[in-house]
Amino acid sequence: MTRRSAVILLLLIVGVSTAQTTSAHSGKDASVYAELAKAPRKATSRHNPLESDPDAVATGAKLFDLHCAECHGEMAEGGKKGPSLRADEVQQSTPGTLFWLLTNGVVRRGMPVWSKLPETQRWQLVSYIKSLIPATGPEEGTPQP
Amino acid sequence: MPQINLQIRLLFAVLVALCLFAAELPAHSQESPYIVAYDHYLEEPGSLDVEYFSTFGTQRGGNDFHAFWTEFEYGATAWWTTEVYVDGQTTFGDSTIFTGFRWENRFRLLQREHFVNPVLYIEYEQTSGADKILKEVEGHDVESDYAVPNSLARQEHDHELEFKLLLSKTFQGWNVTENPIATKNVTGGNPWEFGYAIGASRPLALKASAQRCNLCRENFIAGVEMYGGLGDRYSFGLHDTSHYLAPVVAWNLPSDWTLRLSPGFGLNDNSHRLLLRWGVSREFSGFGAAVSRLFGGRP
Repeated sequence: MTRRSAVILLLLIVGVSTAQTTSAHSGKDASVYAELAKAPRKATSRHNPLESDPDAVATGAKLFDLHCAECHGEMAEGGKKGPSLRADEVQQSTPGTLFWLLTNGVVRRGMPVWSKLPETQRWQLVSYIKSLIPATGPEEGTPQP
Repeated sequence: MPQINLQIRLLFAVLVALCLFAAELPAHSQESPYIVAYDHYLEEPGSLDVEYFSTFGTQRGGNDFHAFWTEFEYGATAWWTTEVYVDGQTTFGDSTIFTGFRWENRFRLLQREHFVNPVLYIEYEQTSGADKILKEVEGHDVESDYAVPNSLARQEHDHELEFKLLLSKTFQGWNVTENPIATKNVTGGNPWEFGYAIGASRPLALKASAQRCNLCRENFIAGVEMYGGLGDRYSFGLHDTSHYLAPVVAWNLPSDWTLRLSPGFGLNDNSHRLLLRWGVSREFSGFGAAVSRLFGGRP
């Protein structure tokens, strides 16, 4: 490899790394939740097949920590890149709507599609998200039992 | 020669420094098992995936080889992933050489999930004729092409553009993908060459367990991939082409490392009899923000 190639390679890595990755999300910006309203009726009416599974919330919490907490915050309170999942807009959405959003992502706003997680794991995530105490609740920071 | 050694040392020093820097970042991996084929999932925005792969290949009419490459895969946005490869190889009884680099970009074409999800793949390669990583097989690539001694093969310099359409679908845990390939070596009057890669894979368990565990079945994804050449613009088809069938397995560890293994078997006389591949990777979330902070930017 020539010296010029090495320099190009280094500049490329640094340049792309510093590129604007995504438009920042703010938990206070209601428009970040607008995508929820776009879920088709068929999707919104789907029921969570793990609703009565006693392990679903705990497993969903593990999956959330692995895949979601980096953007949405460790307690789902919202981060620099992802909005709060304790917001009313999320908590009042049906499980089917959340499942649809997880599956399809919001690509233009930086949320990847998560269909690479098996369907069961996406429902486990939905179980965890729906178990969170809403931001307006009395004890923000702990999921409901 | 001393100058080449200095450059290789400098390059690896930069790579090690990047890895050490990235090691401070959180990591979350959920990687597919494919080594040649691609599904439609891109790197998460701001994340860096550092990957190392090895390919041991048997060679009739020459010496067996060990080719290796390092990948730096970065999620620029949720719809664009960019990746740099650095390639090298050791031909037993011959020499170890650096063989080139590649810059790959993948663009998600549709916002949401559909019946089939297309991703456009564009790659520029600057490699020598001694490159043996066989990351894709195209045109009339055959085993005998790789029997040339390194000292001769490295004198050939290729500048190649490669295009793929990644068509992938995940249904009930199964991922099925098909990647038609078209490449053009822009040095000389080489014709367009064609190839393909297809794959199918599935996690061993679809339901996650509540505890973090290394050996849980959901951490393993197994499947198979097949790839080969389809001739060129003037002689399209299967004659004088090579083809491989390779079981693949990935182990996604909770410690955020992913291990991959794939023994590939040649399907005709033009193919290497065995291509044994393995790889190790780690994904670092928040890499883009960390670099941005390093250069005084807003996180």
